[in-house]
Amino acid sequence: MTAFELSPEHEEFRQVVREFARAEIAPYAADWDEHHHFPVDTVRAMGKLGLFGLIVPEEYGGAGGDFTSVCVAIEEIGRVDQSLGVTLEAGVGLGIGPILRWGTDEQKRRWLPDLAAGHALAGFGLTEPEAGSDAGATRTRAALEGDQWVINGAKQFITNSGTPITSLVTVTARTGDDEISAIIVPTGTPGFVVEPSYRKLGWHASDTHPLTFDNCRVPADHLLGERGAGFKQFLAALDEGRIALAALAVGLAQGCLDEAVEYASTRSSFGRPIGARQGVAFQIADLKVAVEAGRLLTYKAAAAKDAGRPAAEVKQAAAMAKLFASEAAMAAARTATQVFGGYGFMEEYPVARFYRDAKILEIGEGTSEIQRMLIARGLGLPVE
Amino acid sequence: MNIVVCVKYVPDATADRTFDPADRTVDRVNVPGVLSELDEHAIEAALQLAESGDAEVTALTVGPAGASDAIKKALQMGVDKGVHVTDDAIHGSDAPATSLVLAKALTKLDETSPVDLVLCGMASTDGGMSVVPAMLAERLGRPQVTFAGSLELSDDRGTLTIRRDGEAATETVEATLPAVVSVTDQANEPRYPSFKGIMAAKKKPVETWSLADLGVAASEVGLAVAWSTVESYAQRPPRQKGTVVTDDGDGGRQLVAFLAEQKFV
Ligand SMILES: Cc1cc2nc3c(=O)[nH]c(=O)nc-3n(C[C@H](O)[C@H](O)[C@H](O)COP(=O)(O)OP(=O)(O)OC[C@H]3O[C@@H](n4cnc5c(N)ncnc54)[C@H](O)[C@@H]3O)c2cc1C
Repeated sequence: MTAFELSPEHEEFRQVVREFARAEIAPYAADWDEHHHFPVDTVRAMGKLGLFGLIVPEEYGGAGGDFTSVCVAIEEIGRVDQSLGVTLEAGVGLGIGPILRWGTDEQKRRWLPDLAAGHALAGFGLTEPEAGSDAGATRTRAALEGDQWVINGAKQFITNSGTPITSLVTVTARTGDDEISAIIVPTGTPGFVVEPSYRKLGWHASDTHPLTFDNCRVPADHLLGERGAGFKQFLAALDEGRIALAALAVGLAQGCLDEAVEYASTRSSFGRPIGARQGVAFQIADLKVAVEAGRLLTYKAAAAKDAGRPAAEVKQAAAMAKLFASEAAMAAARTATQVFGGYGFMEEYPVARFYRDAKILEIGEGTSEIQRMLIARGLGLPVE
Repeated sequence: MNIVVCVKYVPDATADRTFDPADRTVDRVNVPGVLSELDEHAIEAALQLAESGDAEVTALTVGPAGASDAIKKALQMGVDKGVHVTDDAIHGSDAPATSLVLAKALTKLDETSPVDLVLCGMASTDGGMSVVPAMLAERLGRPQVTFAGSLELSDDRGTLTIRRDGEAATETVEATLPAVVSVTDQANEPRYPSFKGIMAAKKKPVETWSLADLGVAASEVGLAVAWSTVESYAQRPPRQKGTVVTDDGDGGRQLVAFLAEQKFV
């Protein structure tokens, strides 16, 4: 059991990020969503605030902070804007994380300073048309020809892969029949094609693309970590990503709670505020409990990671946090929209946006089914 | 180079600000306080000057125990050290008394390491008089340059050039250091404290001084010797409901009639 109370410094940092989100993001979130606009200047401002570099050591321009601080930042940004929340979540968890963990000194020196400063973003390309939950089914191939990897294949649903500041995507590829490796592919490499954006239900202001690799050549030293370690690497990267995604879900649920409390106190029907009706108030009470429970699981998992607890324990904690928080977020969005009545169905209200943004939380970084599978396996059950 | 920024801990404008009914001074205890937003611009100016060369930046505040939060925020933003002057006798001090305490504290700082530049905000968000920087310069016998919209140090760091935007003209003013300068909210965009800054602030030195440490007698400051005091105060009346003019073709005429009635035209 790990202690997981946030320190006063984490709470002070939370206040700063909250203030930043209130002033620099909240007023524009609806507009960015409506126009499917990736707000690159705001992403840079988040970088200036140090959000992308939180877990990056100082020698590479980061803050040398802990994973808990990243979760605090993701939660507070996600509370007002899930698109920017996931931009940060994926930027740190999937973009920076693997390079930080497995990169050589040379790779870290080359890529991390710009990523930590928010001058650049990185993506992680694992999912393929025929390999989602079953990511080991990767078909993309990379063959070593002389001192170059030649990559052929396709990835899909890759976050932060086509922004104006994307500097690289780390892709997993089959480098042998029974071997998956991760390779860094810089933006602009010939043969690396970023296909047009998807039309998504939510996360409108976040950047997601299919990628194709057509005889794409990168130097041999762009291999990330050991050859053949790709499978192990992405499983580990996903554990981290799941805690961060849980924080994003807590942010959404908290955002729904904020909106529901405010609306239920001011909207009247039959001569009284709707929050005076048990039918409404009790739903909001349950929402509060779900937010708190999700937050506790999330920061407990983050604390376990920060304390360097055994990998199996972190994996289990991450899966539980991700599962619970994302399902709580989906329920919270449903409740808040219901509290708003017809207005909740109108795009003018943030709850409508939260409603659209919530569903992906139960899918990305491993679906709820996959989390249940991991948790059951962690219990020693022989689940397939 | 040594820069001191004078910062004030003020009641949070987003909270319900009020007076203490006992002595009609601003309630600084029951209303949550913050570092005055306007002073953040002075801090930012100091940090930018420091980044463009070698300089140490000190935040100085005069205020009750809670005012250490203003120092803390300044340290989190990147200021190097803090000085907090606090003493029960200071309660209720007006601008002249506050400038006296600040001047004494600056003189004390100057003795250990000469202060080249004193920066202040353009006004406090509670008192709002904008006079402390001028009074401070008088007391220190240093050049004063107020309402700087931009600041630039000469290469030898001996003179400061500022831009002051007035109603009729924009002035460029030059002062020899050491000087006292107030900075407007147009000068810059204050930074947010970073996580690194928050962690680093924990280890930065803060000194706490009393009036005795500065050689100021309790009788020189406080409400009793204030040149002006609040006699009475009343809640601002709630805002009147606005008038909606429906335009049935004569909307313009109605608007003019309304403005004339309010003596605007
Ligand atoms: C907006 C967005 C952004 C994304 N960003 C990235 C990214 O940056 N990088 C990246 O690599 N991927 C990314 N993804 C991909 C995401 O991780 C996958 O969509 C997700 O893992 C599910 O894979 P799939 O879509 O292929 O669904 P499938 O794996 O085909 O799953 C379909 C259904 O079957 C269920 N299922 C599958 N296998 C099992 C099983 N063994 N037991 C029980 N149920 C099962 C699933 O739970 C689901 O309900 C993103 C996706 C979206 C939508």
